[in-house]
Amino acid sequence: MSDSMVLSEKQKREYAEIVNQIKPKPRIWRNIFWAFIVGGLICLAGQIMLSFFLNRGLNINEAAAAASAVLVFLAAFLTGVGVYDEVSRFGGAGGIVPITGFANSMVSPAMEYRAEGLIFGVGSRLFTVAGPVLVWGIVTAWAVGIFYYLFT
Amino acid sequence: MAAPKKNGLQTVWFQNPPVIISTASVAGAREGEGPLEKTFDKIIYDSHYGEDTWEKAEKQMMLDAMKKALQKANLQKKDIDFMLAGDLLNQIISAGFSARSMSIPFLGLYGACSTMYEGMALGAMLIDGGFAERVLVATSSHYNTAERQYRFPTELGMQRPMTAQWTVTGAGAVLLAREGSGPVITHATIGKVMDMGIGDVQDMGSAMAPAAADTITRHLQDTGRKPDYYDLIITGDLGVYGKKIAEQLVRQNGYEIADRFADCGVLIYYGSQDVHAGGSGCGCSAVVTCGYLMEQLRSGMYKRFVGLGTGVLLSPCSVQQGETIPGIGHAVVIEMR
Repeated sequence: MSDSMVLSEKQKREYAEIVNQIKPKPRIWRNIFWAFIVGGLICLAGQIMLSFFLNRGLNINEAAAAASAVLVFLAAFLTGVGVYDEVSRFGGAGGIVPITGFANSMVSPAMEYRAEGLIFGVGSRLFTVAGPVLVWGIVTAWAVGIFYYLFT
Repeated sequence: MAAPKKNGLQTVWFQNPPVIISTASVAGAREGEGPLEKTFDKIIYDSHYGEDTWEKAEKQMMLDAMKKALQKANLQKKDIDFMLAGDLLNQIISAGFSARSMSIPFLGLYGACSTMYEGMALGAMLIDGGFAERVLVATSSHYNTAERQYRFPTELGMQRPMTAQWTVTGAGAVLLAREGSGPVITHATIGKVMDMGIGDVQDMGSAMAPAAADTITRHLQDTGRKPDYYDLIITGDLGVYGKKIAEQLVRQNGYEIADRFADCGVLIYYGSQDVHAGGSGCGCSAVVTCGYLMEQLRSGMYKRFVGLGTGVLLSPCSVQQGETIPGIGHAVVIEMR
């Protein structure tokens, strides 16, 4: 190893090669499989709720809102009792992408930062995880809206 | 002229090797379920430890470890000249706040996960330099406090890659003295900060391995010893893969250490505990050294070992700004006399 701590790009590349030989490959297929199963089950639950609300006489918009509310409530509840992080640990993207993952990303900071108080704790850090999704989601919506206005 | 107690480029040796007169280790629930369960002085099953926040719990664990070490040596706070302590939290609050209760002259340290070994090296220097009769060294880490500071809220669902490590909940304290009975510290090799361009925060082992390998190599060169001089060469928290990388780098430098090389992060958990590459954090090397390794010395299983505290000197800010991860490793030789 060189005595100089300023390393050349070549040394860094050689080291990266050693690391890549030893470090395990991510288990992509396994992760994809469980993401599909877990995410699929959450969507299935959503579909069952949607059908239930439709059967009880709500129109499609109302039924969708009701189903989402129930899913969000359940995810928030499971986060509160410490179960949802296990679901995502196992299911990966399958637990993160559905609306339940969004609920988890709001409730977990709310719980976490309670120790720093309601204003500077929960209040200011509630959106630590969900914030970027909201900001860039809204910006994308603007861009799409402008595009839509100009070309239709 | 070279400094009289310096050996080679980075190693110091102690004329009257300071004695480790007592150690104490306090570990969390997951660590208590691991293979080293029996070697801890106390296992705390409640992550809040009866406090209202995790930070307060961590501070309490560090205090417990220090008090236990004093109690084992039958000493009072006033008998200690200096307290050296550090942890992973911003502004090392676990150390500062425990020092508030200890009222021992305090020097705060930050060496990330290498702090225990940094503290033992400095404590030994203070004693052999004639500046202190007794020094108390302590560090701590807590899974939940580290997680919320460095990563995400603990209840957020996410998948961790296999190279990720698990921050050990635990605290260790070492009581060093000029005289007494127990294992002694004969040498310390202070590491250089090395950065081989690893930027993946989920792979700290690869970031630290070059620094660890460099310090091991440097230690052997400075002392002119061969690896088989030691019964064990043990790193703090390289994890399964970092350990393999370090082993290979040391081999490239001309030393074969595989037959006596271990890592505290690998030893502390069972593979089935879902901790991926192993344990990390200040508490990792601290509880393994203060518990398991001391027990091995006392039982005669090992006569001497060289331990390395390994750490990554990053912050959430440096990571977000795209900086790569610098690592460090400090070695301390501990032997039974």
